[in-house]
Amino acid sequence: MKQLTVISGKGGTGKTTLTAAFASLAKNAVIADCDVDAADMHLILKPKILEKEDYYGLEVARIDPELCIECGKCREFCRYGAVNENFEVDPYECEGCAACTIVCPNGAVSMEIRVSGQSFSSETRFGPMAHARLGIGEETSGKLVSTVRTNAKKLAEQYHKDLIVIDGPPGTGCSTIAAITGTDLVLVVSEPTVSGIHDLKRVLELTAHFMIPTVICINKYDINEENTQLIKNFCAEMEIPVIGRLPYNDIVTKAMLQEQTLIEYAKGSKCLNEGEFADQICQIWARVENILMGIQDKQNGIKTLKMKSL
Amino acid sequence: MKIAIASGKGGTGKTTVSLNLALSFSDVQLDVQLFDCDVEEPNCNLFLGFDLEKVENVVCPVPVIDQEKCSVCRQCSDFCRYNALAALPTRVLFFPSLCHGCGGCAVLCPEKAIQESQRSLGVIEKAKGRSSPEFYRGLLNIGETMTSAVIKTLKKHIDDHKTAILDAPPGTSCPVIASIGDVDYCVLVTESTPFGFHDLKLAIGVVRALKIPFGVIINRWGLGDSRVEEYCKAEGIPVLLKIPNDLRIAELYSRGIPFVREMPGWKEKFLGMFEAIKLQLAGVEEART
Repeated sequence: MKQLTVISGKGGTGKTTLTAAFASLAKNAVIADCDVDAADMHLILKPKILEKEDYYGLEVARIDPELCIECGKCREFCRYGAVNENFEVDPYECEGCAACTIVCPNGAVSMEIRVSGQSFSSETRFGPMAHARLGIGEETSGKLVSTVRTNAKKLAEQYHKDLIVIDGPPGTGCSTIAAITGTDLVLVVSEPTVSGIHDLKRVLELTAHFMIPTVICINKYDINEENTQLIKNFCAEMEIPVIGRLPYNDIVTKAMLQEQTLIEYAKGSKCLNEGEFADQICQIWARVENILMGIQDKQNGIKTLKMKSL
Repeated sequence: MKIAIASGKGGTGKTTVSLNLALSFSDVQLDVQLFDCDVEEPNCNLFLGFDLEKVENVVCPVPVIDQEKCSVCRQCSDFCRYNALAALPTRVLFFPSLCHGCGGCAVLCPEKAIQESQRSLGVIEKAKGRSSPEFYRGLLNIGETMTSAVIKTLKKHIDDHKTAILDAPPGTSCPVIASIGDVDYCVLVTESTPFGFHDLKLAIGVVRALKIPFGVIINRWGLGDSRVEEYCKAEGIPVLLKIPNDLRIAELYSRGIPFVREMPGWKEKFLGMFEAIKLQLAGVEEART
């Protein structure tokens, strides 16, 4: 089983749109929406939920007012400023470390579990999908990303799929790290803006840090061709393959409004440039598949048996 | 006054709004501070081009275990909620990148074998000299996960006598809460597409949970449909500004130019928006008393 993660550093460069298109092209894959903060893939893939599970994030401290002697030790010790003057814990500030439970001389602090979201195993018109919903304002999205990835692996085993396509979050922090560690290939969707280039460089540092093979796709390349050339030069220097570029095209919004992937939308379109746009995505996907085939399988789940050429 | 610029979805125009608002203020000599709270991918200075200087390191206290004193009683590793300590038969291992620096292990250790040292998570930088707007940003080290710690350190530089504009990271989880947690007002930037609308509703959920007064800016107005406007109208949410889906704005953005510099007519609109926010806040205050 192999895993591909699509990230971008900068938000809004087209990760989800491209990943959804890949979903309709991949023949034998599980889709995992790991942008759990702002998950959008389900708006296009319309998953039918097969299994739903509560997700428990970090615990939260609770001070029992009956037992609290207001000595102030917890408030003094808490490094996150989570205990207020009335000796109540602010659940948004509390990191669930439980240090307050050991400094309290009267045993007034206990840790409580809380449901921080839900994870789902579902089926879509393109195959199985793992996704999640993080509760409003909840923490530890990285842990929920790991839960989604575990569910995706289970689905892949159950349904004999040999690839997991992961839609990752923006940024370089905890959820992004959780979405890329241990994957076989990262595809970075970039755009030729100064922010896009800056953020691309930061995520490339990140994938280099975790030693994950990385390829690039430049989206909306024609909004600034000079910057597109800068990205290409930079990638050539770093020996990172640019496997495709896509022009700015209204088809992206049109398909989204129809709740279709770009590939589905283009099939029904009579517009020549929309068909061409979809063809370009097909070519990018073919290149991704080709690269994935060349990477040695390092997942433990299902071992691909080496065939003797007859 | 502290105003945060946020959005659920990435790439909707948070940085664009933050920059143009801050520049419109500094043009009329209003004392304004701009904070780039998207410490994983800070972009503001690409558009400002200030010379930056480091003002402080962001550090996290981490345990240092004296192996001579350690009796491998496992109390620390059993306690650590982040799995940053693991007890082997003969010694305790520490994984720095998992540690949140709570300090619990050092208190708990019966052998007093744990001291604390500091690990760097990132830096806080500031524009050199007297810049206008006054500019600060945080930068998280690559491979680090303690985003909120950098944001909280950055926010210590807010001067309550000035107007502070905070450019928040995308999403709805901890880094967003750390950025917008104690602000007076939140501007939510969105676009009227299915993704934009869905994530806007998530962001509204967050600001409502935190009880922060808010309004909406529709960016790339003309793209998609009218669902955001209809929703805001039905919910009584003020639409503060509509920024058209203008190729010129996109092109200026791609080159790193805040559009008020080339389209100065927009300064009035941003200042007008600030007046509308003040009126809305006055209304909120009145309702409270």
